[in-house]
Order: sequence, then C-alpha cells, then structure tokens
Amino acid sequence: MTDATHCKAGDWVEVERVLLEPADRSKNLPPETAEKPLRMWIKGFAQAEGSVGEAMTIETMTGRLVEGTLSAVNPGYFHTFGNPIPELVHVGADLRARLADYHAAEGADAGDPPGASAEGGER
Amino acid sequence: MATKFDAIMARRGEIMRKALGMDYDRFEQSPIAFDYEGMMAAHGYSLDDIVAIQTKAGVGNTPLLELKNLTDVVRSMSAPGKGARIFVKDEAANMAGAFKDRRASVSIHVAKEKGYEGVIAATSGNYGAAVSSQAARYGLKCIIVQETFDSRHIGQPEIVEKSRICEAFGAEVLQLTVGPELFFHMVELLDVTGYFAASLYSSFGVSGIETLGLEIAEEMTALTGAPPTHCVITHAGGGNTTGTARGLKRAGAADTQIISASVDLSGLHMASDDDFNRKSFTTGHTGFGVPFATWPDRADVPRNAARSLRYIDRYLTVTQGEVFYITEAMSKIEGLERGPAGNTAMTAAVSLARDLPRDDTVVVQETEYTGAGKHHWAQLNFAREMGVEVRSGDPAENAPGKVIVIPERPEQIRAKDFDVARMRKSYVRNALKQAPGGYVPTADDIAFLAADTNSDAAAVEAIIAELKEA
Repeated sequence: MTDATHCKAGDWVEVERVLLEPADRSKNLPPETAEKPLRMWIKGFAQAEGSVGEAMTIETMTGRLVEGTLSAVNPGYFHTFGNPIPELVHVGADLRARLADYHAAEGADAGDPPGASAEGGER
Repeated sequence: MATKFDAIMARRGEIMRKALGMDYDRFEQSPIAFDYEGMMAAHGYSLDDIVAIQTKAGVGNTPLLELKNLTDVVRSMSAPGKGARIFVKDEAANMAGAFKDRRASVSIHVAKEKGYEGVIAATSGNYGAAVSSQAARYGLKCIIVQETFDSRHIGQPEIVEKSRICEAFGAEVLQLTVGPELFFHMVELLDVTGYFAASLYSSFGVSGIETLGLEIAEEMTALTGAPPTHCVITHAGGGNTTGTARGLKRAGAADTQIISASVDLSGLHMASDDDFNRKSFTTGHTGFGVPFATWPDRADVPRNAARSLRYIDRYLTVTQGEVFYITEAMSKIEGLERGPAGNTAMTAAVSLARDLPRDDTVVVQETEYTGAGKHHWAQLNFAREMGVEVRSGDPAENAPGKVIVIPERPEQIRAKDFDVARMRKSYVRNALKQAPGGYVPTADDIAFLAADTNSDAAAVEAIIAELKEA
C-alpha cells in the first residue's frame, strides 16, 4: 500500500464506486452475495486535487471520465510468492531419487535428455 | 419492478448484436437447432488465413517438448509395458503467456478490420492479458472487466496478478466484487462505448485455437511419425477443448482421443462471496467446465462457438492438491516453471499415461505463465490464510474449500472419470427447455442434438424418452 492519501490533478489514482445496491442485484444469488452491494475499483488520472475518501473524477486509460470515491493514490501491486510450502519442498528430491533408481534399473541411457551425446566434458 | 440489472439485460440482444459485428439470427434453424458449422465459417477466414493473422501478431508456433523425466516417473509406477510418452505444448511462450493469445489475436484483428475504436472483454483470467496485449499491438483501446475481490476487498492473488498484467499492457481494468452481474456491467459498457465485444465464446476466438490442434498434429507427426494417440486439454468454458479438437480434426488427426480435464471444485458456489476466496483455482475447474459443457449457450453470445460435448471422448477430474504436486514436479524434474491452471491437464495426463501402452503418445496442449500471485506457492499460502487446511496425505481426502491434500507419492495421483453420458443427458434436457412448451423436436433437431453431443439419433431419442418419463 502507498502511504499517500492526497493527490494533485493529473496523479495516477484509484476510485471506488458501487455499481449495484443489493436491491438492484440479480435475483439468482446466494444470500451471502445478494445482501452486499456490487462494488468496483478502477484506476486513472485524477481530474482535481483531493484526499482519500472524497469524491473524485478520473480519466481512465480509454479516456472515459468515471466518478467515484478516491480510494488510493499511486496504487501499487503487492502480491507475492510467499514462503515455500512445507508439503511440497520434498517433491523435487523425492522424484530425482526415484528417477535415479528407475534409470539404474532400466539401464544407463533411459534418462538422457533429447540430443544428448556421449562426448561429455563441455558444460 | 424491474431492477437496473433487468433493464440492461432486456436490451442485451440488441447491444450484443452491434458489439459483435455479426448477426447470429441467420444461423437459427428451429427453437432447438442452429447451423453450427455455418456460424464457424461465417467470418470467411481459412485456417491458413488465421495462421497468417497469428504469425503477424506474434502468436503461435510454440515449442512442443517431450517430457522424458515425467514419463519415466510414470513408468516407474506403471505395470510392465505401460506408461505412455508425455509431451507438452509450451503455450506460455506466447506473447502474453498463454494459449489465450490465439483466441485474442483473431478477435482483435476482426475488431480492427471492422473499424471499432476499442474492445471489451469480461475475464478474470489469461484471456484478459491476451486481449490487452493484442489491443496494444493493434492500437485499440481496451477495457477488461474482472471479478477480483470478495466483499472485504480481499483479492484472489491470481486475479490480482491478472489485473496487473492487463494494466501493464495499457488496458483499463475494472475490478469488481463477486457476482455474475459482471456481465451486466460489460453489456452496459458496450452500450456506452460502442466497442467490440471480444467474447471468449465467439467464432473468432474459438477459430483462433484451431491452429493449436493443427500445430500439434503436424509437430507430433514430424517427431513420432503420427499425430498423438491422446490429447489432454484443461477444460473451463470449453473453448480450449473445442478449438484444439477442431484443429486436430482439420489436420487429419481423426483418431486422436480428446480428453478434457478439470480441477474438481464440486460443492463450491461460483457466485458465493464466501466461497470466492476458498478456491485455489480460478479457472480450469468443474465450476465452469460442467455448466458450460451441459449448456454452452449460457455464454455472452447468442450461440456459443465453444461446444465441447461435440468433441469430448473422456472428461477427467483431478484435485487441487494433485495439480500443485505436479506443478512443483514440473519445475524440479523438467525445468518448466509454469502456472498451476495450465498444469491441470498435465496432472490428468500423468494418471492417464500410467494405464496406456508405452507406444502411446499423450500431448498436454498448453502451459501458462506463472509469477507472483499466480504461482502455486502463492495460491497455497493464500488458501491457508483463508482458513483452508493444507496437508500431506491421500488426495482422495480432498474437500474443495475445506482441505487441500498434497500427495505424498506420485502413485496417489488418480484422475477420476466424470460421467460424459450424464453430461449429454443434461445437455439435451437444457436444449429442450429452450423450446416453447409442447414443441415436438423434429428429425433435424434430433440430428443437431446428436452432433452437439457427439452421439447418434438413437441415443438422443432414448434420452428424450427417458426425460419424458421422469
């Protein structure tokens, strides 16, 4: 998250708006979805100075003017890989050991990569 | 009183006609049947034309790789004489990182030719990246509508990454909370902007996938002397299966078995705000696969070009934990770090190849890019944060939304056959529902339903008789 809460006209920002109030939503929804509004976030260039939580109009990448509530200034991306998964960390070693056993039993050439030659040495 | 939602949806037909640049009415033949091949050919592009469009767009001609180590892992646990050779088409090598570039390249070419100023697609997946990338190359404006967050504003990491990549290609991205009304907003935007609807399910998009089947048939023939005996396809809306199978057939590979594969997400509701972040796969799962196969015309076009039951020989399901195991294995023993959704078919292929003769050849026809958010570690870490239990054990104990069980050994990976006969029956029931009450299907209707379900007239008549009795 960016710490900035205030933008100038022309800054890259994000606004939030409600597209459908619960009463306007599709009738074929499970209750946990139906009771909530359908919300939307969209990014673009601020058309005026403003602070997070205030009304703001942006010009989007296609040139549309969209009104909403300013929700972020210079919004970034913070998704990641996270920690290794303990239940998966052994998979590589297990399968390499399995392949070594299998190739030993089947004969030395079973695991050669495509196009491998017997020259060796050059790596 | 009509809601705002109802009001837009009532005008949907008229808005979509303008936005698709194609009149679907002329293919309708009866309340049940329509001219599918006529619709597929109406754009006037030959397969050679599509190859030329894609070559110009920087799409296709991806490497076909033999996975010798994975094959040997399969053989290490197969009965003597069993363990088919496994190959993969590395579709992640496409410009935006997935086979979806093939689909987008034709749609965007058409939009440009027809003089549209921009394109709109409703997609939370790789298709958004593909449309955004192609639109950037063709100089068209692009709007992508995504289902990204639950009502707490917590984003599914894989979809947050899709938002990022679409914005990286210059698209305007609308990030919505959970709900099928995403399509309502797309239709509203098409009405306001006059842009082209780059639907996943138009004949343009699905024709674009045929080149994948064509390349597989040609490359496998060059490599092994024949087209593959089996092609395994990650299955969501059915376009991937439909397009690839059509391409294989057009290349003369009539005997290749078409195997669809999906992650089993049974029990999770696709429109549920609670379930949304409890699934670790956002595509290639049964939540799309089954409803779209059994009623393709639920899509955002009047008639869906993706009609997978026409082509499916078998439909296999695998669990989330099994796919994560194979995704990790692919990195460690094949040097291919790719996204989990694309590895759904790979997981089914490992189970399938184990039971096939050594001389058989199994092609997994796609990979997809991976990275922050889309990586299998990211998905599993997120699942834990959302309260899903992740543990090692027997994947048979998998419970979608509650427990992800990572296999301890590859022997535990066993795909399950989904009953295709049941899907055919369900499709026929849905097709009959579209006709007015009392309508009696004609011989032509029966022939259409037989073609649409890859069966014959007698089988369709038997289903109709059974439905009448029930």
